[in-house]
Amino acid sequence: MPNHKKKNAKALFALGNEAVVEGALIAGCTFYAGYPITPSSEIMEVMAARLPRIPDGAFIQMEDEIASLGAVIGASLAGRKAMTATSGPGFSLMQENLGFACMTEVPLVIVNVMRGGPSTGLPTSPAQGDVQQARWGTHGDHPIIVLSASDVKECMEMTIQAFNFAEKYRTPVILLIDEITAHTRERIDVPGPEAFEIFNRSYPSVPPEWYKPYEDTMRGVSPMPPIGSGYRHHVTGLTHDVMGFPTQQPEEIKSLMERLFRKIDQFFPDIMLVEEYRTEDAEIGVIAYGSVARSAHLAIDMAREQGYKAGLLKLKTLFPFPKTYVDKLAHRCSRIIVPEMNMGQMSREVKRVASKTTSVRTINRIDGQIITPSQIYKSISQG
Amino acid sequence: MSDVTELIHHYLRHNKKFPHVFCAGCGHGIVLGSLIRSIHGLGLEKDDVCIVAGIGCSGRIAAYVDFNTVHTTHGRALTFATGIKMANPKLKVIAIMGDGDAFSIGGNHLIHAARRNIGVTALVLNNYIYGMTGGQCSATTPQGANTQTTPFGQMEKSFDLVDLTRAAGANGVYRGSVFHVNMLDRLVSTAIERPGFNLVEIISPCHTQYGRKNKYKTAVDMYSWLKHTCVKREKYEAMKPEDRKDKLPIGTFAEHDTKGLEELYADLRTSLCPQPTEAVEGSGK
Ligand SMILES: Cc1ncc(C[n+]2csc(CCOP(=O)(O)OP(=O)(O)O)c2C)c(N)n1
Ligand code: SF4
Repeated sequence: MPNHKKKNAKALFALGNEAVVEGALIAGCTFYAGYPITPSSEIMEVMAARLPRIPDGAFIQMEDEIASLGAVIGASLAGRKAMTATSGPGFSLMQENLGFACMTEVPLVIVNVMRGGPSTGLPTSPAQGDVQQARWGTHGDHPIIVLSASDVKECMEMTIQAFNFAEKYRTPVILLIDEITAHTRERIDVPGPEAFEIFNRSYPSVPPEWYKPYEDTMRGVSPMPPIGSGYRHHVTGLTHDVMGFPTQQPEEIKSLMERLFRKIDQFFPDIMLVEEYRTEDAEIGVIAYGSVARSAHLAIDMAREQGYKAGLLKLKTLFPFPKTYVDKLAHRCSRIIVPEMNMGQMSREVKRVASKTTSVRTINRIDGQIITPSQIYKSISQG
Repeated sequence: MSDVTELIHHYLRHNKKFPHVFCAGCGHGIVLGSLIRSIHGLGLEKDDVCIVAGIGCSGRIAAYVDFNTVHTTHGRALTFATGIKMANPKLKVIAIMGDGDAFSIGGNHLIHAARRNIGVTALVLNNYIYGMTGGQCSATTPQGANTQTTPFGQMEKSFDLVDLTRAAGANGVYRGSVFHVNMLDRLVSTAIERPGFNLVEIISPCHTQYGRKNKYKTAVDMYSWLKHTCVKREKYEAMKPEDRKDKLPIGTFAEHDTKGLEELYADLRTSLCPQPTEAVEGSGK
């Protein structure tokens, strides 16, 4: 047997943004539509060069972000794994179509490389200002999966994860990266696709006449045939019945909405991803995500050297909020610190879960500057 | 069974909860008929057709026909259609939009779809008004017309959809009317068959919202207005300028045979991929 692992593996000295593309291609992405915006543009530029070189690959630069997400939804309905990338202002423009994708259960990935804001704000400075926009930016009630990445390797891995969740749960998945992670160049090993578990949406096994496009199933996720495969059905953003036709019947509305929530709720243990560092005996907990988690990691080492029992909970999934892990940490620690490059978009979630058990302190920075290890260390050491 | 009944049985969705939403006499129903006759006449398989619609009365057409149908967000039908066509160029992608949908909120997408010549057929059902939201003005409401939001008469000029689309670079630009049905069938069939971006502006009256406020109280008033206003393009061009006033030319306004964007992209891929596979053409897997 030839060793495919070796053959397909390669080492790269890549930007976070470039690693996103590697991850997407490993996951099987064959369609990209987007509109340039700093600090996400490299994702689009590399896609433009790579996609026409693969069978079935298609890339298109659209006239704006509304159009980009529209095209991505169309391509996904036609059976492709599809993605787009943007930054805050572009992400805002995508919100209506994001709601459409939630409602019609279209798998896709949106990477948002956050920049400082509000408005056009700080295009080239790091920030984590879109956390709540990712959760609540579109209209109406809906669950959503929001992931984050803190280094270049993770940009690749979490992009794969984003596609996997999108396909498994038939839902849009948002990957939040900050400018530091996106524009850091690091050496990473890119294994061949066989090194990863890759999920594909399920395809109906019944004959077309029996197919119900929005039927409830054990997992709450219905199979999804591509347009043109014989399973003709109606896709609409209007509240629909199991056949996909608009409905105003309270019973049908209720069962659709409940299923949308349940297909995510039921699988919290699968979706909520975290990484713990020196938390076993921790008395002071730090909860961080994105590039800030790297500063926090160093701060923990600094603190341990000085005898402080500090530990880090790094959030890789931001939503659904990993409350079980936060709750556990809160019970263990006399104090929790949440550093983030915004005014407290994640710490309010932490407080919601942990403030009854322990005290929660925040470090907030919105001046376009990085949160340093010593800044976090200082907070750990000031009892 | 009559031919018409047979067509209805074959192409309309029986599991859909009829009745439809259109007012009696609405032009949109006639467009629906024309669409079905055209697809039937071209001998297309149902699975090869994808109908993408915007939001508005016009957008509801999608729900009634037994094709792959996508009822998108307001103004964005062409963006979805672009993604579908790029992902699977084998599909005949037909976008159905209202005038508000295509030229007000979606105006940017329309000129870009025309410019990039994506292989999509756009049917714009122009009723000069926002039907579904209760009769507000749109980008095609004629100057002076009364609507819910122009109670003192529309002051702004309106778009000429044909001129605009032609200038933006579409392969095919056509205008028809729901009164001139045989011609409409021909225009729609041609637009569906041809490569690249093809648009048919279809004058489709809304007596409920537009007519009521602008001296065409009944559907019949609107249709007789169409009968007297629309003239074939050739005839229109032969008319004296003073006679052209109040007339609307219908027919073919542009026809080029440039390859659609999706075809150019497939060519690029063939030149770049070392071993093009079957899948290159877009199997839609
Ligand atoms: C983003 C957004 N804005 C506004 C609306 C409300 N809306 C629904 S249909 C419509 C206008 C429809 O007019 P047109 O496209 O001309 O189609 P018609 O109903 O006349 O066929 C509007 C404004 C919406 N659904 N979405
Ligand atoms: S409101 Fe106007 S456009 Fe809408 S269905 Fe009635 S007649 Fe047709």
